[in-house]
Amino acid sequence: MMTLIAAKLLSDCKPGESGKIRSMEMDTASRQRLLEMGLLVGSRIDVIRLAPLGDPMEIKVRGYLLSLRKSEAGMIHIETV
Amino acid sequence: MKTSVRVSSARNFAIAGNPNCGKSTLFNALTGLRQKIGNYPGVTVERKLGEFRGLHGEPMTLLDLPGTYSMQVRSPDEAVSRDVLLGKRKDTPRPDAIICVVDASNLERNLYLVAQILELELPVVVALNMVDVAEAAGIRIDVPALEQALGVPVIPMVARTGRGVVDLKAVLSDPARLKVGATAPMDPAFEREIRSLAENLDPNSPVAKIEAALWISQPVLDELPEPQRMWIEQSQTRLKSAGLDPFSAPVEARYDWIQELCADAVHRSGSESASVSDKLDTVLTHRLWGWVAFASMMALVFFSIFTVAAYPMEWIDTAFNALADAARAVIPAGDFQSLVADGIIAGVGGVVIFLPQILVLFFFLGLLEDSGYMARAAFIMDRVMSRVGLHGKSFIPLLSSFACAIPGIMATRTIENRKDRQVTILVAPLMSCSARLPVYALMIAVLLPMGSALEKAGILLVMYAIGTVAAFGMAWLFKKTLLRGDTPMLLLELPPYKMPVVGTVTLRMLERAKIFLVRAGTVIFALSILLWALATYPKLPADANPADALANSFAGQMGHAIEPIIRPLGYDWKIGIGLIASFAAREVFVGTMGIVYNLEDVDETSQSLIDTIRSQVGPDGLPVFTPLVCLGLMVFYVLAMQCISTVAIVRRETNSWRWPIFQIAYMTLLAYAGALIVYQGGRLLGFQ
Repeated sequence: MMTLIAAKLLSDCKPGESGKIRSMEMDTASRQRLLEMGLLVGSRIDVIRLAPLGDPMEIKVRGYLLSLRKSEAGMIHIETV
Repeated sequence: MKTSVRVSSARNFAIAGNPNCGKSTLFNALTGLRQKIGNYPGVTVERKLGEFRGLHGEPMTLLDLPGTYSMQVRSPDEAVSRDVLLGKRKDTPRPDAIICVVDASNLERNLYLVAQILELELPVVVALNMVDVAEAAGIRIDVPALEQALGVPVIPMVARTGRGVVDLKAVLSDPARLKVGATAPMDPAFEREIRSLAENLDPNSPVAKIEAALWISQPVLDELPEPQRMWIEQSQTRLKSAGLDPFSAPVEARYDWIQELCADAVHRSGSESASVSDKLDTVLTHRLWGWVAFASMMALVFFSIFTVAAYPMEWIDTAFNALADAARAVIPAGDFQSLVADGIIAGVGGVVIFLPQILVLFFFLGLLEDSGYMARAAFIMDRVMSRVGLHGKSFIPLLSSFACAIPGIMATRTIENRKDRQVTILVAPLMSCSARLPVYALMIAVLLPMGSALEKAGILLVMYAIGTVAAFGMAWLFKKTLLRGDTPMLLLELPPYKMPVVGTVTLRMLERAKIFLVRAGTVIFALSILLWALATYPKLPADANPADALANSFAGQMGHAIEPIIRPLGYDWKIGIGLIASFAAREVFVGTMGIVYNLEDVDETSQSLIDTIRSQVGPDGLPVFTPLVCLGLMVFYVLAMQCISTVAIVRRETNSWRWPIFQIAYMTLLAYAGALIVYQGGRLLGFQ
């Protein structure tokens, strides 16, 4: 059986989509902040919704809701299964 | 890695936790009204210290640490917290133990801070807050298992209702139960590097190892001098070449540890059905309804500021007038009477009058904050604010400044990023506040005596628009130049909605009111006396008319002195007196013009004042208040600082005179330029 693994940027995900973090490419300080908020490689992310103006986006991670800008989400690579 | 250290008797506690975990509620539940708020000496960081009694009535102190997600230092405030916890600040003793508040419904991320605090080798008590919310969400926490894994007491509680507070006190009063807990296992190579770094940094310090561990995973080391900085960077490089990322490895190790212990201690039951909070969010952040809800809520806050606050403002005005009259009756006529009645009482009254607006605004902001809506407002507005390089959180302070810049500036405390907060403070007074209305009203009446309500409202709207555009434009400019910095990440938590605790909201409101009265009050008191003296001395004989006396005073002389400067704006020295006298408070302009033109008891609706102003002619026989002068004067008041209370509060909030002075300078320049463009530009286009 073949598993379909699609890799994409978190910023390209639509509300209702979910996936696991594959990598985060950004400056060390920002990356550390995301890690400390519980966004680790392998963590599951559910995209909940976009703000009324289309940016920022709201995600669910470790059972809580977090919003981040699309520019920030664009540095997070996701594996949707 | 379990150590057990006993404390003979603990007296000084600190309370830490993530934002939105209910830390303030617990702090208030423990200390009630016995709180002292001040600044750490020498820095702008607020220190909140409370007192409470232990189970047996023993006095204890509780230091409130700012809500944070991590011990990693990213701002001066966090550096202060770290130094306190390491016992490195002379003004604040190292706490005997730390109360860590965690949100039971969001345990994993909340435990991250606990994991870091456990590494400080201080006794820890975990206050497992909001267990009711967790239970409602189908989360059951095995408290003994959690205690076992963390190695410290875990007290289930609901701080909002007071449930569990006595249990917490029982632990705090029992030295045998206060102990240093377990920590997440770190890579041996990491531990070795920490030990050797500690040797370098300060082998004699009892906290050297803890400090080294904090430094080694810190990406930005700007606050450190050499050679410490070099040692740390060398350690970081060595770890990296050994294949261990010093910035992410410890974070991952802690989360691994947390995940493991949560697997044992946290049991979820039931399906993840949409909670009430989720349902609320589908409406409150909806593409259409989200805006409707947002606009209605902001309208309600505004409406309340202008209507509800209007009554007590009236009372305060009446009371201070009565007080001034009483002073005049009691104190014999003379300089001292004038100082007390016209200087001090009128000056302080002119500031206290803002108190109702501050109370109303902070009550509503408190409700919005406590209910969880404030984060949604920032979520909705972030796109707009990010266009000028600001964070969504800057929106509420700027909006509040339409009522009054003082509560707006005080509301900037929710902005974590220091530069963003400074930019917001710098531009907030450009938003047209209610104190400008009398000036606008007078000038519009002079400009359009026969104008329809629609025309008048149109001009008013233009003035508000100019202020708003200027605020956003200057914010953009400051972010590009003076306070340049990377646009901070949004990373905004959207906590579940909950019913606000009125007690907490009220307490916070009173806290802000007290700061305003005490801190701003002292500066305002001194400046009121100064301005009174400028408008009173040197004196003319008592029978001289007030207009001549004012013209002869220092303020009058200054009006004459600045005439060459304000001439290009189309102003004469009499308007100059108005500008100088209203430096403390814009609305004083109206009353001052009344005195200048020798009218008694005028306000912005007085026909006599409007007619007198309209009939003024200059030495050349032409009218002084041409349409361009009126418009230019309005633009001047849109853009100029002209508010001593704001100056005082900016001084207080930035802890330096540098920012308020810069703010006066740039706003006055902007106001001058604006009025100049209106007047000279208008003339070039053939208007008068």
